[in-house]
Amino acid sequence: MRSFSYSRPTSFEEACRNAGHTRFLAGGTNLIDLMKSDVERPAHVIDIKSLPMHHIADRPDGGLHLGALVTNADTAAHPLVVERYPLLASAILAGASPQIRNMATNGGNLNQRTRCHYFYDPAMACNKRSPGTGCAARGGRNRIMAVLGTSDACIATFPSDMCIALAALNATINLHGPDGERTVGVRDYHCLPGDTPWRDNILQPGEIVTAIDLPPAPFGPHHTYLKVRDRLSFAFAIVSVAVGLCMKDGRIERGSIALGGMGTKPWCVPHAEALLEDQLPSHSLFRDVAERLLHGAVADRDNTAKIRLAPRVIERALWQAAIGTPQSQTDKAIR
Amino acid sequence: MNVISTHIGQPVSRIDGVAKVTGQAKYAAEAHPPGMLYGVVVNSPIARGRIETIHDAEARQVPGVIEVMTHLNRPHAALFEKSYMDGLGVPGVPYRPLHDGEIHFNGQPVAVVLAETFEAAREAAMVVRVDYERWPHNADFEVALHQKYMPSKTRSNYVPPKPRGDAAAAYALSAVKIEGRYHLAPEHHNPMEMHATTAIVEDDGTFTVWDKTQGPQAVQAYLASALSLSKDQVRVRNPYVGGAFGSGLRAVYNVFLATLTAEMLKRAVRVTLTRSQMFTHAFRPEAVMDIALGASRDGTLQSMIVKGVTDTSRFEHNIENIVIWGLINYKCPNATADYKVAPRDTYTSSDMRAPGAATGVNLLEMAIDEMAYACSMDPLAFRLHNYSDIDAMHDMPLTSKALRDAMAQGAQHFGWHDRSMMPGSMRDGRELIGWGMATGIWDAMFSPTSARARLGQDGRLHIATAASDIGTGTYTILAQTAAEAFGMPLDRIDVELGDSTLPECPTEGGSWTAASAGAAVWLACLSLRRKLIDMLARSENAPPWVKQDTVTLEGGILHDMTENGPVSLSLPDALSLAGYDALEAEETAKPGLRGKISQMRKARFTHSAVFCEVRVDPELDTVRVTRLLNAVAAGRIMNPKTAASQIRGAMVMATGMALHEESLMDERVGRFMNHNFAEYHIPAHADIPDMDVLFVNEHDDEVSPLGVKGIGEIGMCGTAAAIANAIFHATGRRYRNLPIMPGA
Repeated sequence: MRSFSYSRPTSFEEACRNAGHTRFLAGGTNLIDLMKSDVERPAHVIDIKSLPMHHIADRPDGGLHLGALVTNADTAAHPLVVERYPLLASAILAGASPQIRNMATNGGNLNQRTRCHYFYDPAMACNKRSPGTGCAARGGRNRIMAVLGTSDACIATFPSDMCIALAALNATINLHGPDGERTVGVRDYHCLPGDTPWRDNILQPGEIVTAIDLPPAPFGPHHTYLKVRDRLSFAFAIVSVAVGLCMKDGRIERGSIALGGMGTKPWCVPHAEALLEDQLPSHSLFRDVAERLLHGAVADRDNTAKIRLAPRVIERALWQAAIGTPQSQTDKAIR
Repeated sequence: MNVISTHIGQPVSRIDGVAKVTGQAKYAAEAHPPGMLYGVVVNSPIARGRIETIHDAEARQVPGVIEVMTHLNRPHAALFEKSYMDGLGVPGVPYRPLHDGEIHFNGQPVAVVLAETFEAAREAAMVVRVDYERWPHNADFEVALHQKYMPSKTRSNYVPPKPRGDAAAAYALSAVKIEGRYHLAPEHHNPMEMHATTAIVEDDGTFTVWDKTQGPQAVQAYLASALSLSKDQVRVRNPYVGGAFGSGLRAVYNVFLATLTAEMLKRAVRVTLTRSQMFTHAFRPEAVMDIALGASRDGTLQSMIVKGVTDTSRFEHNIENIVIWGLINYKCPNATADYKVAPRDTYTSSDMRAPGAATGVNLLEMAIDEMAYACSMDPLAFRLHNYSDIDAMHDMPLTSKALRDAMAQGAQHFGWHDRSMMPGSMRDGRELIGWGMATGIWDAMFSPTSARARLGQDGRLHIATAASDIGTGTYTILAQTAAEAFGMPLDRIDVELGDSTLPECPTEGGSWTAASAGAAVWLACLSLRRKLIDMLARSENAPPWVKQDTVTLEGGILHDMTENGPVSLSLPDALSLAGYDALEAEETAKPGLRGKISQMRKARFTHSAVFCEVRVDPELDTVRVTRLLNAVAAGRIMNPKTAASQIRGAMVMATGMALHEESLMDERVGRFMNHNFAEYHIPAHADIPDMDVLFVNEHDDEVSPLGVKGIGEIGMCGTAAAIANAIFHATGRRYRNLPIMPGA
């Protein structure tokens, strides 16, 4: 870790004043780790934990407002989240470990960086970490790397579980920056790597995530977060699927689905979701949805297994949601 | 030796447990000598080449930095390669840290930054820049296989395979055959405690070196030799070790660098490796085994052909016993094996828990399962049908082999006989259930070891030997042994270990410590007890009854009966009457003549039978191990609680071997890429079911003086195969590569 200066402002105005090479610190579970690994080298760290973003509250439209500084653990355990957004609670509990969830915040989860081995190792070429150095993950040990949304410059997987559920829930991200406030849909928040892989998201310098707004979720029991990984806990997804279905009399009115572990950002394909509209659940329907979701998937050296596995995980998740038996995150048997 | 067991064999909790959970037990990186400097190592990012320039100006400007030591400015160390040989005796040219500018492996230390604070040292290490001239290298195991060879010089523990019959001809004639290539990925030991050293320069110029090692006397000898010091100038201490699994068998570069820099700067230095740096030294080699088995239709093994290769570095020849186990353990009239090593430009692979057998037994037991199915035989019945009561490779009797009992008792507890033979035939909802089993075998070794027992005026018995307790429970079983031998309550015994100045003990490894140090403590305590009673008998002040030969020492008090009823004498009083402040005895346990003859005429092994249940979601490739049972035949069990804990720990590690653990080599740079605990997956709690451990009764007076065989490694052997075999039973799919991961 390199030397840095530190401040703990108490107002947004103070926090958002762009102080050159800065990083915002909230739970610290990702930033501090990256600083120890010499991946992040901020000259200045702005601790935003004193800013007023600690609440979960009802929204007038029946949705929910999640403060950016509420921890992942508190969010997953909050009665309103458990009651109205069990999909979100489930995805949060599928990720990390209790200790990490106790520290990690909702805003930080949106901004967590990839677990690509090559990104994490400053001895290796990585365009995301050190622009212009190349992508050593290509042709390397890339079992965990992305197969969707990749570019010549980067195949790093977007790592979050929580954000996959937020994408399926069509959440809205609230931002506060030097020029004031704005909102953006979660599906538009993260960036594809293209030829600028160092940009993970649309945040501008000095801009902070203040809250996540959830619209009402009319899924009832018809949702699931299904995650396949290399060990049964405390591992990033090889393939994960968040699904919410609006069901009526056994028919799907409409559905929402997002993939994790597969893409360079939370992977959503509106064309695939459109297939679900006003349909009866069926193997052929779900196979078509999977196919459309995975359209354009490209494997590199070690990650063809993802492309082989993903259709089966997607179909199973869709059945779990359709039948109304969401995956438990404590009982490791898959339903 | 006949032992009446008041203490030995009792499930005593660790006597060092409270010290450990309250933080009083101090590990190598927890010594805080005044004026200590922190050293942080800079490692090479290339596999082969030469350092051209080291840019350390920026590092030297970081406030608090004292020195950046490289091969250019290091103080004098021994010149000759031989001086860097360590106790493990791997043939070849040992790596010499900071010796010159040549790079032999990715992760090789190229500089150590020394600073007043850890933070300054770490920051400065990050800004040291090194220019390299890159040379071609090979780190690809598949390529290395083409260069495989048998070293002309082998390690002393190498057991060359001994063929019998005509395996090729018998194979050709066999009615049932299986043949395949089995593969094990490289693994890193990853004990919880990082390798670390705190080197202290004492006022008299000698060194006290707190090091995470399995052999304080081996490190003492290494440092003395490599730094051209005499042995009495170096004292190495390792009273507590947070796991090692073999990574502490050889001196790791941190101990050399900390001591060298302490000498140069005349200040205490601590060097602690990071988790990433734990991937820059010892690892279990990658391995392939080509196995061909032939049998007659009734399931009688007729031929066994095993060819194995493990990887080593370009500068040393690490050799393991991977191909011999089937030849020893199965009654097969025709068998042959061949072993080679394949060189790569990496650090030298190294012993990791049950080295050789963890690889060779598990891969072979996967093939045995295939053969059982090829013969349409229950895998347990197949193994019993081909059971050998002798070491079939050397045609030698065994001191004991209660494997039949382990198989029977394990099968009964597991409920094996309810198993349906057909793969894929047991199902619960979407999940397929599979039951698999395998057997395990590991050496039962005994090495000469010394120990000292001392009775003090405080009435406490002090036991000392240079053994290392790497978390296995050695403190506890030695206290139990002393209690039994001397006749002393456990709470009046102190055990001192992990110090090179203590009586000689070989490096902890190979599961020999319980048998060897246990025997030494036993002898020292008997000797001390005799000495005390003799001294009392000679003392004029002692009461006459202590001179009777019926006097006993029990519960820490001398007792006897006289005409006037029972009499007793406390130990402090006994010492005073004998005219001593303290009394001590040191003894060395050796095989002796009878033992040596036995070692020539009989082979000695521990054995196990492992049973496993898995649940597999066949569509999603997810595997859950839901039951694991290990029935172990390991002679006398000193402490069933710490022993079972050893077996359970090994079963967790073997679960990792079967399903999770793989160090991912990027051959392009010769670097293991998943060098952290987020991506190098050891099993999490969710991956581990309730595990059962059974110890079967195995009385073996011949294997070692106390009848002990050791249990540190046997739990690795067979467990990974039992899991793989259970996956086959669940799914009907054979996986010949470990670990077995989703999408495989």
